[in-house]
Amino acid sequence: MAKTRFAPDRGLTARMVFVMFLIGALAVAFVAALIAFVPVQSLPFVLVIAGALLFAQFFFSDKIATFAMGAREVAPQQAPDLHAVVDRLCAMADMPKPRVAIAQTPMLNAFATGRSPKNAVICVTTGLLDKRRSGQLTEQEFEGVLAHELSHVAHRDVLVITIASFLGILAGLIARVAFYAGLFGGGGRGRSNNQNGLPIDLIIMLGSMVVYAISFLLTMSLSRYRELAADRSGALLTGNPSALASALQKITGDMARIPDRDLRQAEPFNAFYFAPAFSKQSAMALLSSHPTTEKRIEQLARISTQLGR
Amino acid sequence: MGFLDTLLGRSKPVQPNLDQLFSLPNAGLTLEAADGFKPTGRGAVCYRKVEGGAFAEVEADFEQLLEAGVGSRVEVSNDEYGYTWLTARREPDQLLDLVTDLHAVNSSLQDHGFGPYLLCTLVSFTDPQDRKLALVYLYKRGTFYPFAPKSKNVRDNVLELQAKTIIGADLPLEKDLGRWFPVWGAPGL
Repeated sequence: MAKTRFAPDRGLTARMVFVMFLIGALAVAFVAALIAFVPVQSLPFVLVIAGALLFAQFFFSDKIATFAMGAREVAPQQAPDLHAVVDRLCAMADMPKPRVAIAQTPMLNAFATGRSPKNAVICVTTGLLDKRRSGQLTEQEFEGVLAHELSHVAHRDVLVITIASFLGILAGLIARVAFYAGLFGGGGRGRSNNQNGLPIDLIIMLGSMVVYAISFLLTMSLSRYRELAADRSGALLTGNPSALASALQKITGDMARIPDRDLRQAEPFNAFYFAPAFSKQSAMALLSSHPTTEKRIEQLARISTQLGR
Repeated sequence: MGFLDTLLGRSKPVQPNLDQLFSLPNAGLTLEAADGFKPTGRGAVCYRKVEGGAFAEVEADFEQLLEAGVGSRVEVSNDEYGYTWLTARREPDQLLDLVTDLHAVNSSLQDHGFGPYLLCTLVSFTDPQDRKLALVYLYKRGTFYPFAPKSKNVRDNVLELQAKTIIGADLPLEKDLGRWFPVWGAPGL
């Protein structure tokens, strides 16, 4: 048996499992409460809508994201260099090659999306390609970014995050339904008051909003762990954690100079981005889909030490 | 990748499959008999340089090892994609020795835990009309595929498919044509 230099990060795995457990437990509690308090006939309706929304988001994730970013797919003849880098990384990782797309935007970014490794798209912005062409981003740094994105594909992060956000979508939907039901006719169906005199629709609405908020925080923290995991796998794939760290520094350093219009357009897709497209204070770290750059670079430094030992 | 690995987001680097490499000499004979392609005596191993002292040590070791061996000349070069190629030269009729040299590099990397950083290895052939053909071995798949560069960035697909039928019985060939990725300007071609 060949010796391996792969050292698993048990702490990261444990934190990820804990967050997933919390999301699952919250979902079970929430659905149980719904079954207890909400009239049975309206429950399947909400579940079906939430499920359909989520399924569409998942199934068309590649098309939605590339369309919103204005990305177009490129053939190997159109971008031989880019394809060559992806080819080699896929051969090293033994994974099917995703489609390759380019988005016309000066932002420095890359993202990967798609419901499965076979249906994945990996997309880089023209801003990133220009940086590479001009030599400001070295070949190894550029490769590090792509390796990070390919790790998202290998980990099926679109699937994981979609499932994790199901609870949030469900709770949000129920809060809204309860709100309108309370406004327009909750009383007409004779269930507006319980023994305490509090309208049950109001309780459902407030409860759902709390569940929504908690599940949002949990999903974001799961997303941050997935980013760290993708950094880790990407760095181990190229054997060059320092190149990825330096790419991160360069890319986030340039974030502040990017025009606002692009930022607003791009915001919904941040979950699958290499680095979030807006800068934020440390107080916002809890709401962020990405860990802070310092944290990511710190992890990469640890991996570098492990590899050199 | 298993279900649990996906769930926990922890893909491990893939270990290479080194066993198939020794079926190359046989395929070389078949190729020569059927299509007049002769080995050029050059072969190359392509790998990623891993940062840190541990890898540099292993690299220095196997370069020394090959230099000390009989009749093999070794050259190390870096390509524009950041990969390192180690090219070994032998006499054209010493295909088995060449493969042994290349295998020494593989196993030395694997023994030190750097197996996942092997990309591919290739052995080149040429025919009297000066057409070039390389047999490329993908470590992670354990499969071979032919690569025939015609001119800059143009592949001779006809020749590649011909080669595929000729050596199909000797080598485990890569079935997914999407993975026959070109290695333009590879040393040893």
